[in-house]
Amino acid sequence: MEVLLGITGKDFTLIAASKAAMRGATILKVSDDKTRQLNKHTLMAYSGEAGDTVQFADYIQANAQLYSMRNESNLSPSALAHFVRGELATSLRSRNPYNVNLLLGGVDPITHKSSLYWLDYLASLAPVPYAAHGYAQYYCLSILDKHHHPDITLGQGIKLLTLCTDELKRRLPIDFKGMTVKAVTKDGVVDIQFDDDKVVKAA
Amino acid sequence: MDTLVARYSRPTYAQNELFTEQEQEEFAAGSTPNLSLKFAMPPVAQPSAWLRAATDDRSNPHCPIKIAHGTTTLAFRFQGGIVVATDSRATAGNWIASQTVKKVIEINSDLLGTMAGGAADCQYWLAWLGMQCRLHELRHKRRISVAAASKILANLVYQYKGKGLSMGTMCAGVTKEEGPALYYIDSDGTRLAGNLFCVGSGQTFAYGVLDAEYRYDLTVEEALELGSRSILAATHRDAYSGGFINLYHVKESGWEKHGFTDTNPVFWKTKLEKGEFSNVTSDFSEEV
Repeated sequence: MEVLLGITGKDFTLIAASKAAMRGATILKVSDDKTRQLNKHTLMAYSGEAGDTVQFADYIQANAQLYSMRNESNLSPSALAHFVRGELATSLRSRNPYNVNLLLGGVDPITHKSSLYWLDYLASLAPVPYAAHGYAQYYCLSILDKHHHPDITLGQGIKLLTLCTDELKRRLPIDFKGMTVKAVTKDGVVDIQFDDDKVVKAA
Repeated sequence: MDTLVARYSRPTYAQNELFTEQEQEEFAAGSTPNLSLKFAMPPVAQPSAWLRAATDDRSNPHCPIKIAHGTTTLAFRFQGGIVVATDSRATAGNWIASQTVKKVIEINSDLLGTMAGGAADCQYWLAWLGMQCRLHELRHKRRISVAAASKILANLVYQYKGKGLSMGTMCAGVTKEEGPALYYIDSDGTRLAGNLFCVGSGQTFAYGVLDAEYRYDLTVEEALELGSRSILAATHRDAYSGGFINLYHVKESGWEKHGFTDTNPVFWKTKLEKGEFSNVTSDFSEEV
């Protein structure tokens, strides 16, 4: 019941991940951050099998940073997405593949175009205007189908995200303890204050 | 010899021992089919387990009987009455069996029922419910309440609990005593009164759109638009929903039909005129 959401707009990409770290019937942590910053303007959120997720994300993050150090330039979000897909594809056919689903969001440092990539553990890669992983797909994609437009502002994007999380609070049987929300803009990654304490009542 | 023949030439319903002697007499007594709700059960120890093995295509893709499943139906109460909307697709496994199913059953001029789950179960038992409602009307000289009608169905399915019925239905109606009333009934025996329900494989997608903009004080026009947009959302994302949008408005004067509309032109109109569904591209220049 992990929630990952991503929304692109005119000049930003929003990435949100649920704060609950769950094992079986227990919530182990209520302030988990399921995101990693790969370079100045690329952010990755992950969900999936315990252990695999952080291992894989750290590995990708380390390699992205190594590239930046060696070349004194950052890989573009698109290049990173293809790199990650390649790693997942190799892993998939190995003895013990990583079971990790990802959203990779970024803003191109040169063209300032925002982008979002949806990847799953089967190494599918899809560039999308908005995305979700897990049960959130079932509730949020129909909302985003209706309310998303490619040229929305950051404020509108956060409102749209609230629309999605409100629905999840209403209908998901398990509390996911709110969301960590981050925005990627041309100036880098910014933490977004997000109201988790709002109580939503079903009709 | 004759005794031997007589022993094996009993009518089929009597060949298994699931009925008591008395019940068997009841069957045999009338030559005309009676209205008793006793069905011949498969002659095995656990009919439900047997039925599941034969019909559950999720656990056994090669099951001999594929039941028509997969649907999106919704109904919600609002200031102006109740909106009821459904898709029209029937699927049996991966096969689209029909795109023109009427999933709203007109029980009488002010009571509606919706179909989700096994198509045959729903069709049969909602028609049966219609009959019970008419009998109630004749016996008591007044229309049945929605609460009572829904309870007749709930009690019926509860009698068959564990025997393999599969249905998720809503009963919607407006009566003098109750005002607008909406009930959810499923084959587990659950019966719930409520303001808003979505049922079927596409329910989550419909809930997403509906919850986001639902208010009790919606105007009739807004409510009908929201109902039909929610079904459209579900037909777009759920492979087992599609076809036409069947839209009804129930008010004090009875229900009113608002069309059986093909989803395809509605989708493209929504996309091109309102700019929604921005993930669908109509050009092929998109690069990965």
